[in-house]
Amino acid sequence: MLTEFGRVLIFLIVGALFVAIGLFVAWILRPHRPYPSKLATYECGEVPLGDTRVRFNIRFYVIALIFLIFDVEVVFLFPWATVYKNLGWFAFVEMLVFLGILFVGYAYVWRKGDLDWDKPSPKIPIYEQGIGVREPEVQQEEIEA
Amino acid sequence: MGLLDQRFENSNVFITSMDNLLSWARLSSLWGMQFGLACCAIEMMATGASHYDLDRFGTFFRGSPRQSDVMIVAGTVSLKMASRIKTLYDQMSEPRYVISMGSCSNCGGPYWEHGYHVLKGVDRIIPVDVYVPGCPPRPEALMEGLMKLQEKIRAGSLVEKKTA
Repeated sequence: MLTEFGRVLIFLIVGALFVAIGLFVAWILRPHRPYPSKLATYECGEVPLGDTRVRFNIRFYVIALIFLIFDVEVVFLFPWATVYKNLGWFAFVEMLVFLGILFVGYAYVWRKGDLDWDKPSPKIPIYEQGIGVREPEVQQEEIEA
Repeated sequence: MGLLDQRFENSNVFITSMDNLLSWARLSSLWGMQFGLACCAIEMMATGASHYDLDRFGTFFRGSPRQSDVMIVAGTVSLKMASRIKTLYDQMSEPRYVISMGSCSNCGGPYWEHGYHVLKGVDRIIPVDVYVPGCPPRPEALMEGLMKLQEKIRAGSLVEKKTA
């Protein structure tokens, strides 16, 4: 007698056979006349240019990361809102701490200038001594230029 | 393998049955390639829409040449477009058919004499199965062209024609 999983196995086998037989019959029947123009990438009749790998601006990744963080925050807020009444003040304080941590990150990103889309103005630290010592006046001129 | 690439000397009951089945399958679902070039394309869209309903022939339009069987060249083929049409035809998989719709793609139409930018007939670059005359042809005419193509497919055979 078949178990429940045995039926699943039969489903899998029949499904695989269905696809395999279909592909096999098509392979027997179909015309096979490849040539370079036919095998070329379909670009609405245009000659395909360049690679399929396109490089994105690195700033998209920063924005995507920040979006992801706040997306997850919202995901956590939903179950919190569901059980809020049962847990009371404990849940409230917990969520405040969580939001506070994320807010610190948000303030950090904002302060660093990663949210400025038009013209990034990263704050370059100036050291008094050691590697990377720069004159503050030169730094100021560079920023203005 | 490619059984459909073969041509058989003598016919037997297996080959003729296969012929009938394949022809029936091909003519019953002629998927068109979705592109229009000029005013004829408006008539083609009207033919595909609910009033004339090309779907009842099994024809509906696909966005990729890999999935289409029939290319309806609907409109003026400018020289700039001609190379693209050739590429699109090349990228269709066999069996592939071409319906030339309207005077422009049949022979250049009103641009025959002075159209410096128009290809004088799409059959100069790709093989055409059915020509639909008109400027532009009515949807009924395009449907008749499609039925002519179906007749042509029905008459096709894997058996080599005897030349007497």
